[in-house]
Amino acid sequence: MARYFTEEHEWIDVDGDSATIGITDYAQEQLGDIVFVEVPDAGAMLEKGDDAAVVESVKAASDVYAPVSGEVMEGNDLLAEEPGLVNSAPEEEGWFFRMTLSDKDELNGLMDAKEYKDFIASL
Amino acid sequence: MRYLPLNPADRQAMLATIGAPDIDALFADVPEEARLDGPIEGLPGHASEMAVERAMGAMARKNLSAGDAPFFIGCGAYRHHIPASVDHLIQRGEFLTSYTPYQPEIAQGTLQALFEFQTQVARLYGCEVANASMYDGSTACWEAIAMARRVTRRGKAILSAGLHPHYVSVAQTMARFTGDVIDSALPDLTEGAPGDDSARLFAAIDEDTSCVVVQYPNVLGHIGDLSELAARCHEKKALLIAVVPEPVALGLIRSPGEMDADIVVGEGQSLGVGLNFGGPYVGLFACREKHVRQMPGRIAGETVDAAGKRGFVLTLSTREQHIRREKATSNICTNAGLCALAFSVHMTLLGEKGLRDLAALNHAKAVRAATRLANVPGVELVNGPFFNEFTLRLTEEARPVLRALADRGVLGGVSLGRLYPDGDGRENGLVVAVTETNTQDDVVAYAAALEEVMA
Amino acid sequence: MSMLNEGRPTRPIEAEPDTAADTFTGNRALMIDEPLVFEIGDTDQCGVDFDEAPEGESRIGGLERNRPIGLAGLSEPQTVRHYTRLSRQNYAIDLGLFPLGSCTMKHNPRLDEKIARLPGFADLHPLQPVDTLQGAFEVIYELAVWLMKLTGMYGVAMSPKAGAHGELCGILAIRSALEARGDMREVVLVPESAHGTNPATAAFAGYRVENIPATAEGRVDLEALKARLGPDVAALMITNPNTCGLFEREMKAISDAVHAAGAFVYCDGANFNAIVGKVRPGDLGVDAMHINLHKTFSTPHGGGGPGSGPVVLSEELSAYGPLPFVAKQRDGSFRLIEEENAAEIHPHGFGRMAAFHGQMGMFTRALAYILSHGADGLRQVAEDAVLNANYILRSLEDVLDAPFAASGPCMHEAVFSDAGFAEGLTTLDVAKGLIDEGYHPMTMYFPLVVHGAMLVEPTETESKGTLDTFIGALRSVAERAKAGDESLHAAPVFAPRRRLDETAAARNPVLVWKETEQAEAAE
Repeated sequence: MARYFTEEHEWIDVDGDSATIGITDYAQEQLGDIVFVEVPDAGAMLEKGDDAAVVESVKAASDVYAPVSGEVMEGNDLLAEEPGLVNSAPEEEGWFFRMTLSDKDELNGLMDAKEYKDFIASL
Repeated sequence: MRYLPLNPADRQAMLATIGAPDIDALFADVPEEARLDGPIEGLPGHASEMAVERAMGAMARKNLSAGDAPFFIGCGAYRHHIPASVDHLIQRGEFLTSYTPYQPEIAQGTLQALFEFQTQVARLYGCEVANASMYDGSTACWEAIAMARRVTRRGKAILSAGLHPHYVSVAQTMARFTGDVIDSALPDLTEGAPGDDSARLFAAIDEDTSCVVVQYPNVLGHIGDLSELAARCHEKKALLIAVVPEPVALGLIRSPGEMDADIVVGEGQSLGVGLNFGGPYVGLFACREKHVRQMPGRIAGETVDAAGKRGFVLTLSTREQHIRREKATSNICTNAGLCALAFSVHMTLLGEKGLRDLAALNHAKAVRAATRLANVPGVELVNGPFFNEFTLRLTEEARPVLRALADRGVLGGVSLGRLYPDGDGRENGLVVAVTETNTQDDVVAYAAALEEVMA
Repeated sequence: MSMLNEGRPTRPIEAEPDTAADTFTGNRALMIDEPLVFEIGDTDQCGVDFDEAPEGESRIGGLERNRPIGLAGLSEPQTVRHYTRLSRQNYAIDLGLFPLGSCTMKHNPRLDEKIARLPGFADLHPLQPVDTLQGAFEVIYELAVWLMKLTGMYGVAMSPKAGAHGELCGILAIRSALEARGDMREVVLVPESAHGTNPATAAFAGYRVENIPATAEGRVDLEALKARLGPDVAALMITNPNTCGLFEREMKAISDAVHAAGAFVYCDGANFNAIVGKVRPGDLGVDAMHINLHKTFSTPHGGGGPGSGPVVLSEELSAYGPLPFVAKQRDGSFRLIEEENAAEIHPHGFGRMAAFHGQMGMFTRALAYILSHGADGLRQVAEDAVLNANYILRSLEDVLDAPFAASGPCMHEAVFSDAGFAEGLTTLDVAKGLIDEGYHPMTMYFPLVVHGAMLVEPTETESKGTLDTFIGALRSVAERAKAGDESLHAAPVFAPRRRLDETAAARNPVLVWKETEQAEAAE
């Protein structure tokens, strides 16, 4: 299993033909207390770059984009009840949704952990 | 000038601090060719308080105010008695001259009042949640249609023929730009149920329908059970929007929420606000809790402060324009805060008992007036059930009759010819509203004048 | 994800419960906490007496209420006390300086309240026969004439209910005019520094919104604008004076460029207070502009509304303005143009935006205010508003970072940033510190183009003495923020409430009162 990062502060865990997606620790830190998360329904077809989910703090609302194309397998229903999971465990229990990968080539150009760390240091 | 505290010496001292030679230097960024070098010509200069009162008073006296005539006009704005304490309280400077409560530590008065208002509106409408107000009933109605589109992701709204024609116009205006499809119809003077087009609505609901919008009581005064309509909407996963132009009615008749409407909106003007020639009014907006994130407008919510005391804040703000910008649920910013407060104060004075008594009094007076007016030769009552407003059918066009009544000092209602200029049998219709403010003498005078005019 | 992280902390640091002066009631002399009406009233209590209802049949078709509504009532003395106590927990213009940038919180003359309540205005029904309403139409007409002359514009739509509604009116008129040309443009350009209502309005009217950047000196980047203009752009929505408190010097060039591209200039008139009587937007190429009567013309804000947002329009756009409106006839009488006669007189109007005629109660107040000032007084309004703002800017620029101080004089508001505050201290801390000093804070974190922005608008109705005291207070708080005074995190300490937990409010929304809460609390 490999973890990739995007410049939009999402992480993506790839396991065979499927992927789990969430927002990074850096992102949750910047957003502050998360109060609401809307995840996509299973079966939704996403193109890379589509609006896939919404994450809201008190002061801001942000869209989470699909980092790759594919079909949504499930959204993390826990986040509806407990949006604070995105703050407390952004890269674990606070995942947003799982999807199939329709084109693995889309992973090319994403960052690994070290590259992402350098990227946020440069911001 | 009495509203400007700076005197010439202050201005000189301040310019010196700023380091500007004169006031014009501060306007240096305004292109010189566009800068005006003196007061705009053709406009008068400043005036004393007394002079302004005289000028405005002269204009006010050219109007026939509702209190000076037997008055029976409704159709979306109702004349009710407003207790003196309502106006006194909303004129307290801490309410009147405060701002939107974005700094909650020093705006608890407004915020708590809004929280109480929301609770009152939700209960009155039989809904789970309500917002902190919209501009008025007509704009609240359109916002509800737009909200139904967001909730259902469908774009066809079916409007009942009994919806106020101005509300229909507002929806049609907006829909032309948003791409929503509006399915509307004109009301018929159906014996016993004017404006009721349930059969049309039932037939029109389909898989593309976002919502059905029905007014309760409708524009011709008819009231009917909404439960079946709600069920038919829900069968097709559409929302039922109920529009309530006269909140006092809900002191007597069942609320739309109890009949399973999904969104209930309306005009709150009847309580606390007054006629004001059409504005400012206050739009009421309530819905199911599960849809609250699609609701437009500000919302107050309960929380605690750093020391653990209960307090209130504006919440769920990420729906709103100042945060969500082009993705906001609405562009509304300024709402009808002070009118919402007036509504709430009046509702507090009434309480449940008072509201029920007020509604019962309105209904009883309206029934008595309807009976009396229907006795005038050439006049018949079209309605079966109604609350405080009903439709009369005359043997002649109603508009000239109203004109002649006004000449006799009676403001007798609204002619359907004015509301629906295309005629088609409606022009003989006359909508009459009766509230607690109407005395039996008013009714007698109205009947006498009507008899004279119709003779 | 899109990252919008400019903003403010939302969860307060927990404070020790204040035990310094425990009282039996929890009250502190004049500071009296007030329960909710649902906690002190009940459904049988009533503060209104009614006539006996006449006997008669009921005709409500079996729809009578069969369940309790749950509306608590109070007697009149209880009601008066309830709301009076609540009112005392509010800051207000009547209490002190309210330097809320972009919101123009100025003194609200009581004459205007008195005028608005004359029965000849307040007790009129919008659907009365028009010849019983000639004085009401005269008010609307007279106010319209003033607004057109003050702005140098051809027409005005009076019916919009507030500023944002006026924006919508202007954009719909623009879209109608373009559609009449068969020109289906899709984009509205909005500067980064715009009020949130601008992009929201454009989107509400069916347009796609694109941002135009600002220059380092805080004005619209004309070159970037020119580069973006094209056949797909319907309008530019611009605020002038802008939200950085600066006049858009190149306004004429901006308008010319927009017009050359076949698009329209919409001006957000929220800041008209700074220029009324000094320059007419019509002379700068503006095609449509709303005027917030509750800002420039001093109708009260009322805790968030009502407002009123008439829109002045160019000759071309006037043809598309909304219904209804008032027209003066040759004999001096007034008539109402609405649906039934529109086909003949106003065939291209885009329709009705709201039931009835607009915010009459605001028209009467605004006209009374305008007549009081007159053309000379309104000019003085703009001059004093700008003078007061510049006085604040120059009196504080040594202690607070003023990012546009070098861009020339400001207009009616001065913007500062949080640059120079000690690590961990924020604009929010300064704002809350000002509360303890007895002020409503300035607008904070807006405009978005300034980091930790503080937008101060004193208005013309403040005296020099008041400004001097305020400057002293803001200087003191700013110095504490720069020196790293952590105690500011706890501010406000003296307000009716400490900082409120907005995170908790949003995570578990409690939007209406429920009996169960009280029952649980009692357990």
